[in-house]
Parts: sequence; structure tokens; C-alpha cells
Amino acid sequence: MAGNKGRGRAAYTFNIEAVGFSRGEKLPDVVLKPPPLFPDTDYKPVPLKTGEGEDYVLALKQELRETVKRMPYFVETHEEKQDIERYSKRYMKVYKEEWIPDWRRLPRELMPRKKCKKAGPKSEKAKDTGKGTSLTNTADVLKKIEELEKRGDGEKSDEENEEKEGSKEKSKEGDDDEDDNAAEQEEYDEEEQEEENDYINSYFEDGDDFGADSDDNMDEATY
Amino acid sequence: MTQAEIKLCSLLLQEHFGEIVEKIGVHLIRTGSQPLRVIAHDTGTSLDQVKKALCVLIQHNLVIYQVHKRGVVEYEAQCSRVLRMLRYPRYIYTAKTLYSDTGELIVEELLLNGKMAMSAVVKKVADRLTETMEDGKTMDYAEVSNTFVRLADTHFVQRCPLVPATENSDPGPPPPAPTLVINEKDMYLVPKLSLIGKGKRRRSSDEDATGEPKAKRPKHTTDNKEPIPDDGIYWQANLDRFHQHFRDQGIVSAVANRMDQVISKWVGQWLSGIFTYLQMWPLAYSQSQHSRVNSEFQFIFQTQTSSEIVRTMLRMSEITTSSSAPFTQPLSSNEIFRSLPVGYNISKQVLDQYLTLLADDPLEFVGKSGDSGGGMYVINLHKALGSLATATLESVVQERFGSRCARIFRLVLQKKHLEQKQVEDFAMIPAKEAKDMLYKMLSENFISLQEIPKTPDHAPSRTFYLYTVNILSAARMLLHRCYKSVANLIERRQFETKENKRLLEKSQRVEAIIASMQATGAEEAQLQEIEEMITAPERQQLETLKRNVNKLDACEIQVDETIFLLESYIESTVKRQ
Repeated sequence: MAGNKGRGRAAYTFNIEAVGFSRGEKLPDVVLKPPPLFPDTDYKPVPLKTGEGEDYVLALKQELRETVKRMPYFVETHEEKQDIERYSKRYMKVYKEEWIPDWRRLPRELMPRKKCKKAGPKSEKAKDTGKGTSLTNTADVLKKIEELEKRGDGEKSDEENEEKEGSKEKSKEGDDDEDDNAAEQEEYDEEEQEEENDYINSYFEDGDDFGADSDDNMDEATY
Repeated sequence: MTQAEIKLCSLLLQEHFGEIVEKIGVHLIRTGSQPLRVIAHDTGTSLDQVKKALCVLIQHNLVIYQVHKRGVVEYEAQCSRVLRMLRYPRYIYTAKTLYSDTGELIVEELLLNGKMAMSAVVKKVADRLTETMEDGKTMDYAEVSNTFVRLADTHFVQRCPLVPATENSDPGPPPPAPTLVINEKDMYLVPKLSLIGKGKRRRSSDEDATGEPKAKRPKHTTDNKEPIPDDGIYWQANLDRFHQHFRDQGIVSAVANRMDQVISKWVGQWLSGIFTYLQMWPLAYSQSQHSRVNSEFQFIFQTQTSSEIVRTMLRMSEITTSSSAPFTQPLSSNEIFRSLPVGYNISKQVLDQYLTLLADDPLEFVGKSGDSGGGMYVINLHKALGSLATATLESVVQERFGSRCARIFRLVLQKKHLEQKQVEDFAMIPAKEAKDMLYKMLSENFISLQEIPKTPDHAPSRTFYLYTVNILSAARMLLHRCYKSVANLIERRQFETKENKRLLEKSQRVEAIIASMQATGAEEAQLQEIEEMITAPERQQLETLKRNVNKLDACEIQVDETIFLLESYIESTVKRQ
């Protein structure tokens, strides 16, 4: 290879003139950086189409963008509670219609544990407190006690659930929910234990507890 | 799935359903199908939120689920369907042009809600129409459901897959997810409903929005107590049918541009010739000739004929031809003659002439498939889409690189394969400039290079380098760029609105106050005082913002038109290969 680049000889195996360089002309430098983010354009863009139809579609688009924000499908993130409540917030609030999905069309596992929105914050709080205590305690014994506590909590929320759902749904579906709950509870525990890095202990414990709890959700447990 | 597409999907999902849904949706697009708990774990989102997000996505047909063995349900995002959200305004507008306001609202409701039962759609639309009407007038349910039936008959709306009725005798636990069944036969079958009633006006909607929504809710639930007649039968907008309509519109306007303008120009010149002749000989301009000239005038107003013929042909084959077929069903000229719109009085002979003319056109939009029945004609949809896509490419090259580059591009397109020397010669552009242009287009991937070595060692001196345009890959490249542009446009728009958020909020607030004061009957001076809360520079800033946002929005819509064209071309080409 090096021999090719001998003095006086072209470094290329082809005729440079074919690509548009005259003999002896300096070749452009090798480009080592990416192209500019906003390159200069040689030609200005053509103006947009305008007309009655276009204007209408434009209005539709902007209206649609506002409308989707008011639909029940727009899931908002929970905002941090602000220290100062802004007066304008009160006006900004939009009340959405409630949306009850047709559960016949959806996989069973998507059914939420809590149906009503009112039940939401409550059970979340329960979860939070559970987590808080678990972080402070490290000893195994304490953890066991705490788990028992938590199970109590879980059952309570189950009861709540059933009450709420009793009005809306058949009791059969309520049972399904309970299964789901148990499974979720179990998964939740697992995650927690993983965080604390002594999963072997908890694995056995869990298994025991779980078996004693119920036997017809083994299909869920394989997960 | 390219990065640009994922980015666009993410922006669209975020705008339509908020950040949580966007997170889940994008995760699914990136990773393919996943079970529920894995999604929750990988995205670090709480299980409840994942469930809710999945419900929303499934409701809007953006995610499908499948039961795998051992009862695991996996969820899969439909990326191309997510991108369709960009086109929602166009679907709605099309429904308006075809079926007026009622059709518009029906399609809008279906798109906003993903899927809905017919009774719910009819009720909602009737209510909404009633609200816009004058006091005392109401919209009848029957009228709305008539429009709905028409939309179903023309396949613009279709049924969603059904959950099959399960027998209770089935032992064992219920399956983890229902299996949805599509019944081809019933896809467009409207259930027999006796929807009697009128749209209801919401009393003082403003109060309702801010005042006491909770008190209102129980009333609604009592309304819904009555059993829903079409329970479980859900409808969705048939986007493929809309696309078919867009395609047909595109073909018709292309024919109009190509044939009719040429003809009308020619006729115009011819007529002006006659008039100069008549002015020279005023005496010879008798009554009989006057009527003849008049009929020629009628002819000039009918120079949309060839596009009208193509439109008629497309309309005749709307239902009989599937949206992905390369050709329409053959139509005899007799059939076409009978189906021309009423009041369109051209003779059979003229029609035949037009059809021959169309079939002879080098673009081959219309082809002749046989001689029976006075000549059988088809519309070559595949070719038509190809021509439209090529024209798009050409115009992009022209607007980006100038008309001389476009000349080279068209040349390569026409001659298929050209050596560099040939390009320089044929384009009649100085060699150095031609090379420059050619390389520029090559580096931007509009033109591709084909090596043909004379010897197996691929030595450059013994190799032919042929320049060619690979339309399919160029179209793909352009499509990708379009996705990127739209994503950029959306981001820019969001940035603009975010920058001026405070100002926008202020103006909204001021408007709200003015509206409420007007309702209570405030004096003009008071109103003006409030209006002045927004200062002149602020007002100017708002104006600028509005203009920018409008422009960006219009851009999005129009880029999407190009996206549609390129997508349909790619789809139809890939199918044929």
C-alpha cells in the first residue's frame, strides 16, 4: 500500500478528473464533524397552501387539541402540591366525565383494584405508610410483624373495594378482584424485599404465607 | 421503527393522552409486545397507572393484546396507528364535506373516544348539535342515526371486533383476556335501533363546568339506567376507507391538472380566435351561429370532464374494490356513461373520446382492459400512486436544490441509468456544475449510484458508475424526513406556547372575566377597563404567537398530506413486490 503513495504518483487508483478536479488542484479536507444543525438553505420554502378548507382544518386541529385535554382519556400526572394555592388554578380546573371501560373487552388483569376515585387516595396512603415503616426497620422479626400489619391493611382495602363494587358490579367480579389483589400484594412485597437485599429469607416466608392465604391463585403465582 | 417515528409517536401520545400514557406507549413501541408487570417494572410506573394507560391505549385501538400460553397477556403497540392521530383533523373535515355537520361530529366523536356504541354516538351528537342550534330547536335522533347508517353503508365507520357471547355452562376459570372476533359479514351492519328522542340542551353549560359538577352526576347515572339497546357493539372510524377517499381525491385532482387544464387552455385559445373572426365580420354573426357559440361556451365550462369521468369511475368502484388493490374493477364505457352525474350532458361519443384520450396518456392513470361492452376501462391505482409520489419527489428536489438540479433529477428518472458523462451532456449543464449538483443529490440520497465492474477486482478505472433514481428508497428517505419535520414542528409549537404560557393564561383569564361580565350585563366602560389589562406590547406578542402557532399547525397538516402520499405509494409498491 505504501508503495502506491510513492513520490510523484497519484494516491488514487482512478482518474481524479472524472470527479471534477483538475490536475494539481487541492482536494477538499476530510470532514470530521457532523453537518450543522441548522444548515443554510439555498432556496426559501414555498408558502403554505391557504384556502377555506385549509383554514377549517387548522381550526379543527386546534380545537381538537383543546378537546382531548378535557377527555377522560387524558391521564394527568399528579402534580406536586404547591405551598401557595394559585387563584387561577381554580379556574383552570376542568371537570372530566367519568369513563367506565367495557371490562368485557379488556384483559382481566387490567381491572383496577379500586373502582371509585374516592377510594384512590386512601389505599395509596395505606401503601405509603407501609413503605415508610419498612424502610426504617431492618430486623427480620420486625418485618414479619409489619407484613402482618400490611396484610391487615390490604384486607381492609379489599373490604372497601367489595363494598364499592357491590353497588356496581356482580359479586363474582369482586372475587376476581380479590385474587388480583392478593397477587399484587405478593408482587409488591417481593419488590420491597429485593430492595433490602435479603430475598432468600423473604422468598420462603412469602411462599408460606401465600400458600396459607389462598390456593386458587396459583396461576397468578407462576408469574 | 425509526427514531424519528418513535419521537413523533411520543409527541402525539403526549398531546392526546398525557405523559403517563405516552411513557407506556413509547415503551411498548420500542420494545415490542410485553406483559403487564414487565411494563410496570421497566418503566418504573405504578401498576395502577400502567393499567389505566393500557386501558386508554386499547380503547383507542393503539394497543392490541394477545393471550400467550400459560395465560400471560402481552400488549403490543400499533405504531402506524399512533401516527394516524396526526391526520384526525383531516378525517373529520372529510366527513364534513361528505356528510355535513352531522357526519363531522359522528366521526369526531368516534375518533375522540376510540370506539363507541352507536346509541351513545347518536345521543352525544344530537346533544351537541342541539346546543349549537337556536333556542327552541332540537336535533332529532333519527336524523343523526340516518347519517350514521349512511357512513356505515359507505364503510367510513365499521364495527370493532366483537366479544363472542360466552355460554355460562363453560366450566373452569374464565380466560385471562377475551378473544375478539371479527365477523366480516357484519362489519358494516348497523343494528336495528329505535332511537327516538331529541338532543338535550345542557342547561347553562358554563355553570356546569365550574360550579357543581358533582351534584349533576347522579342525574346522569339515572339517565343511563335504561338498558342500552346495542350493548357491546362498538364502532370505530375506518381509517383505510378515509385513506381510499384521499387517494381518489388525489388521483382526480392530478387528472384535472394534467388533462383538463391543457384542454381548457386549448379551447380558450380556439374560442378567442373565433371571436376575433366574428368581430371582423359582424354581419355574418347570425342568430344560429350565436347559439353555436353558446354551446361552445358550455363546453368551456365543462372542461372538468376528464377528471369528472375519473371521479365517476372511482366512485363506482369504491365499494367493489378493496383499498389495497392495484387496479379498480373493469368498468365498461356504457356503465360509466350511465353513472355520470345527472345534468352532465355529454354524449356517449364524447365520453368514448375522453376515455381513449385518458387511456392514451403516458401516465397511464386509466387503462383499457378489454373491448367488450363498448370498451372496458380500469384505473391503475398503483401507477397513479407511483406518478404522484414521483411528482412529489421531483418537486421536493426542485424546491430544495433549484430547477437545474430538478432537470438532472428528471433526466436520470427518465433514462433510468446514466453515466456521469451522459448526465453532463444530456442535461446541457456545464460539466463542473452538473457534477456538483449530481453529487449533492447523491449525498442527500435522492439519487443512488450503481457500480458495474468490468473486472472482478472492482478497480475504479475499470468500473461503470451508473446514476439512477430508486424511487422507492428515495420515497422512504423522504417519508422519514417528513416524520422528522413534523416532530420538529410539534416541538417548536410546544416551545412557543411554553415560552408564552403566562401570557396565554392571562389572556384566557381576562377573556373569561369579560365573558362573565357580559353575561351579567356590565357597562361598556367596565369591559374596556378589563380589556386594557392586557397591554399593547402584550397584545402584539400574543398576535405574533398566534400567527406562529397557526403557521406551525398548518405546516403539520400539510406535511401530513405528503406523508400520506408517500405512505400509500410505499405500501402499494411493497405489496406488489
